[in-house]
Amino acid sequence: MRRVYMDANATTPLLPEVVEAMRPYWMEHFGNASSIHLDGQQARRGVEQAREALAELLGCREAEVVFNSGGTEGDNTALFGLLRPGDHLITTAIEHSAVLQAAGRLAERGVEVTHLAPTVSGLIEPEAVREALRPNTRLISVMLANNETGVLQPVAEIGRIAAEAGAFFHIDAVQGAGKVAIDVAAIGCHLLSISAHKMHGPKGVGALYMRRGTPVESLIVGGSHERRRRAGTENVAGIVGLGKAAELALKSLADGTMDRVAALRDRLEAEVLRLPGTGLNGAGVSRAANTANIWFDNLEGEALVIALDLKGVAISGGSACHSGATEPSHVLMAMGVDKTRARASLRFSLLKTATEADVDYVLGVVPEAVERLRAVSPVEAGTLG
Amino acid sequence: MQQNETIAVAMSGGVDSSAVAAILAREENTVVGLTLQLWDQTRLAGKHGIPDAPKAGRCCSLDDVYDARRVAEHLGIPYYVVNQEERFEKDVVQPFVSEYLAGRTPIPCSLCNNHLKFDQLLNTARSIGASRIATGHYAVNEYDSARGRWILKRPADRAKDQTYFLFGLTQEQLAYTLFPLGRMTKPEVREAARQHGLALAEKPDSQEICFIPGGDYKQFLTAYLEEQGEAMPETAGELVSSSGEVIGRHEGIANFTVGQRKGLKIASPTPFYVLQIDPASHRVTVGADAELATRTLRAGRVNWISVPRLTEPMRVEIKIRHRHEPAWAMLAPAENGEVVAEFDEPQRAVTPGQSAVFYDGDEVVGGGWIL
Repeated sequence: MRRVYMDANATTPLLPEVVEAMRPYWMEHFGNASSIHLDGQQARRGVEQAREALAELLGCREAEVVFNSGGTEGDNTALFGLLRPGDHLITTAIEHSAVLQAAGRLAERGVEVTHLAPTVSGLIEPEAVREALRPNTRLISVMLANNETGVLQPVAEIGRIAAEAGAFFHIDAVQGAGKVAIDVAAIGCHLLSISAHKMHGPKGVGALYMRRGTPVESLIVGGSHERRRRAGTENVAGIVGLGKAAELALKSLADGTMDRVAALRDRLEAEVLRLPGTGLNGAGVSRAANTANIWFDNLEGEALVIALDLKGVAISGGSACHSGATEPSHVLMAMGVDKTRARASLRFSLLKTATEADVDYVLGVVPEAVERLRAVSPVEAGTLG
Repeated sequence: MQQNETIAVAMSGGVDSSAVAAILAREENTVVGLTLQLWDQTRLAGKHGIPDAPKAGRCCSLDDVYDARRVAEHLGIPYYVVNQEERFEKDVVQPFVSEYLAGRTPIPCSLCNNHLKFDQLLNTARSIGASRIATGHYAVNEYDSARGRWILKRPADRAKDQTYFLFGLTQEQLAYTLFPLGRMTKPEVREAARQHGLALAEKPDSQEICFIPGGDYKQFLTAYLEEQGEAMPETAGELVSSSGEVIGRHEGIANFTVGQRKGLKIASPTPFYVLQIDPASHRVTVGADAELATRTLRAGRVNWISVPRLTEPMRVEIKIRHRHEPAWAMLAPAENGEVVAEFDEPQRAVTPGQSAVFYDGDEVVGGGWIL
């Protein structure tokens, strides 16, 4: 059976160029990047070339790029590395759990935390950030693109507010990187987390942009790797893969690839929304090119995800809980979507390699699956007892 | 069974449902594994002496989901966990709590079968394109064209008979359900699991109520009510003899079930048993073992399986609790769709809240809830 993967916001496959770039670093250039011999130097070269690519993608200095294990570590480092009891953190109700759970733990330790609610469209208003400022506000943490809705947050405006207030500004750019252009100087952020596997790089590797002079205490201590900002032997092959993925992402932003993805997404979205009892979450605001979050009335979202998977279409709804079952999305709930509708909201997120044929296939199976679910679900079978 | 149909197997992570998946996957069906996530086992952990880490061998423990997932991987079938926690709480846990508070002794497994496994799961299965569901229950389900009805029968392995918990199945639900273990014994099922290379073939059976870690329902009631921000209702009252004489006091009716001996704290040369619980006066009547025996039973919310309805008295055997040996009785229709049974021999501890299931030989005639 044909399979169409439309869950790019969960993870992406490596592009062939990325695999090729990584290949020599498993067996030939296997050295420890900290070693002084030639083998070590070969590994070091791979790491530093990747750092150049990241600096280019983000518009920063190479020395401001710290490689780590991914988005969760970047988010944790930003929050735990900057905040102490008595400090105030402004974040939002629609952040990834890597930020929300870190904020929760900091709150238990005496950090004041404000969670800003989004508008019904899923947007964080810059004015809301300004109003939440306190004299002790040390950090503002807002994501670039939301993972569920794709809604792009006004980070440049929030950056100006942070600068005026003298607060540090962290951006979780895990979902934004590679989908929209990033210029950390123009945004005015101090910290920005990215993850390789959301942009066709390998899993388990990411980077944190740290503006020079930002007093972040390292989360992991040990050797003097990454200028003492992140201990642990470099994941050389992974870092090389991230570098290549960053290079390709920059190219895709320049050559019109993301515009092509946006056109495919728009066609998919428009056709699905023609089905009765459907609507868009995150309507009327700018979104990442690849994401459409659509609600369906009178059906069980979890069953639709399974039905589509069995027809070869991989999409997602809500977030997976510990057992692998689905919980309604906290993002949609924060936007004021009721629980029933949040449960019946599905996220289509296209790979940048998506084709017209992929969209055709999905549009071929969705209406039938929706119709069958609606025919079956509302039936109240025997409810004795 | 026709070949090449899509069957959803309700997988709990135990031997029985894993064997069902293995058996059906071998025949040329498309098999999809589904596990219902019903209760968060960590939810009340640590409160009121409830154990911190749930043991394996209960549905919804992470270990069991892990086991079910591993079986599905081994068999190469698609597998999904479906979240039904809210529905389970509303349709099983809350009625369970209120039944105890009302002085009755509930059976959550039957409620779960009626509301979750054969209702919600069946809906999900049909929604995803399955034509039927299969479960690891020990029961036989056959269509009788002469009567035009689906008939539920006791299984080959009498010791594992689960028909008592399945009496609420409607004709439509039975039509969509397969019980592939109905003609197998438990040792045969374990052998089948071994032959299919299932690592959990020797996993012990689970016996407890799945959402009550440690099996202490009184702890659960207290912890659940506290979580809901409600106090345990004050239901302390008098202990009286069957002649009406007050012989002591008790701390709450939820501590008792009909037939119970422990915890009465009455000094007497002969043991006392709970005969009756009155939720209105909080009065608990106690007496000698012999006084527990009653000849009649009334049941409501009756579901009929082998007959469309009961129009005239019928000779049946009746099972009044899971481990009860069915007893002969004359069953007759009463007002409001209720039924009244007159046993040949008096039966011990007929308990309100439990179900009464009526058998004609191996066939389940129907069943209802004891009033």
